[in-house]
Amino acid sequence: MDFISILSIFVMACFVGYYVVWSVTPALHTPLMAVTNAISSVIIVGALIAAAAGAQADGGQAAKWLGLVGVVLASVNIFGGFAVTERMLAMYKKKERK
Amino acid sequence: MRTLLGGAAALFLATPALAASGAGEPVNPWVAVAYLISGVLFILALRGLSSPESSRAGNRYGMIGMLIAVVTTLITHDIAGLPEIGVAIVIGGVIGFVIARRIPMTDMPQLVAAFHSLVGMAAVLVGIAAYLNPGAFDILDANSEILTVSRVELGLGVAIGAITFSGSVIAFLKLNGNMSGAPIMLPGRHVINIGVLLGIIGLTAYFTTLPTTETAVIFWTIVVLAFVIGFLLIIPIGGADMPVVVSMLNSYSGWAAAAMGFTLGNTAMIITGALVGSSGAILSYIMCKAMNRSFISVIAGGFGSDSGGASDGAEKIDRPWKRGSAEDAAYMMKQAENVIIVPGYGMAVAQAQHALREMGDMLKEEGANVKYAIHPVAGRMPGHMNVLLAEANVPYDEVFELEDINSEFAQADVAFIIGANDVVNPAAKTDKGSPIYGMPVFDVDKAKTIFFVKRSMGGVGYAGVDNEVFYMDQTMMLLSDAKKMCEDIVKAL
Repeated sequence: MDFISILSIFVMACFVGYYVVWSVTPALHTPLMAVTNAISSVIIVGALIAAAAGAQADGGQAAKWLGLVGVVLASVNIFGGFAVTERMLAMYKKKERK
Repeated sequence: MRTLLGGAAALFLATPALAASGAGEPVNPWVAVAYLISGVLFILALRGLSSPESSRAGNRYGMIGMLIAVVTTLITHDIAGLPEIGVAIVIGGVIGFVIARRIPMTDMPQLVAAFHSLVGMAAVLVGIAAYLNPGAFDILDANSEILTVSRVELGLGVAIGAITFSGSVIAFLKLNGNMSGAPIMLPGRHVINIGVLLGIIGLTAYFTTLPTTETAVIFWTIVVLAFVIGFLLIIPIGGADMPVVVSMLNSYSGWAAAAMGFTLGNTAMIITGALVGSSGAILSYIMCKAMNRSFISVIAGGFGSDSGGASDGAEKIDRPWKRGSAEDAAYMMKQAENVIIVPGYGMAVAQAQHALREMGDMLKEEGANVKYAIHPVAGRMPGHMNVLLAEANVPYDEVFELEDINSEFAQADVAFIIGANDVVNPAAKTDKGSPIYGMPVFDVDKAKTIFFVKRSMGGVGYAGVDNEVFYMDQTMMLLSDAKKMCEDIVKAL
């Protein structure tokens, strides 16, 4: 993809983010931070590419190991972030109507 | 959607040429579509948080989005070491899962700071890996030089990632109490910080001008400087400003992911980065507004110390104030029709949320109308109090935000303040000289009776200002540990 297409997606996504985040109820701001944390670990895609590439090129071996460490860190975040969000959201209950 | 993905997967598998190309993104529209779907699912994940009912579904969308992104990446690349990658995911996954299950809800701010640091570090590692093995990331031009635009993205991505990492580590240490929350002020720190930031930008520009093989020193200098600046930026910021810092670092972790997304031309990463970046920025804005402070003044640091305890209250103690007992509070609240509870960080420290909810339940049985009022900056991160009350089984429709409940204090028989201080200080409305002047606060002074649960008369809140509410005629100070006081009131009821 050329730079301008990517930039367009980015700018549009910033606007989407702006409106979506303002619609989040303040009571859920902590889960919001936890879940944004989990999804920002989509950076694992880059780590996987580095880890998957193997050692064909110069520096490939080092890149592979860095990638693997990146995969570990991002996985902690993905599993931890989604699990802790799930745990928090399960606690939000409505008043029991009697 | 499942059939669509199945179709995508079949297409990948039917094209061995794609799988064999080690040179990063193959030009296959299905790959782009898959990443786009995962980006859209992430938008839906945040959208779900607009109400507690839809939030759980939203979280599931997020998980599916992540799964699609990971699986797509794995099946479109020539995987030299699948077992290693599997092991890496399992190690990380188990650690993350165990932490998520065990962490007490009061420690959520620290946890989020720690998780931010991991995203930052992962971004740095990916950036370095891309620099070392640009072929795999498909960022080389015909002469085997790293593309100019990719160099800018790499430089910025690595720098933002490193700042996120070291900043989050400091925020974690401060929130977790391993490091004093008091601001650490270096002489000339503004000059140093601005100098280092300009240095990073300048080096990134220089990085784009040299042949790839001669850039190693510059690239590593950028990485090191960025780690240093992240550290320098956060140490002067006091404990009370941590909600803003945690939100800000949330934002940075998003921009780091976006920068890497630019390098890889990956829509899922770019959309996510933009979402997370805006989310953190908006939360920082909300926090600053709720404290009536500018973002710049928070970042510049030096505000407030973490002492909180009995430090400098000695000269103020001579003013008359009334001390109440648990029995007094129980007696008064039994008669009350409308009770508004204002929790603050002190409630979290004392782990008083369960005892408080028990008290609230008993008052409801006595026929009182009990509501909880939460200030945007109560606690150490946005929404912290809401999570703690939810943990204690307080229904979320009894919990109200500042602007929704403030007019109700005039009708309230009792305002029960527990572990909060600055957010109920009328000086913010009246005293122009006060450091918290202009901050929106609860009008607790309009309630008929005020109970103020506090450990001692010494502490004066994070802003270090005295609170007129202590000395008002209708105020009774309940000096005790917040949890113990709630339990005593429950007994007396």
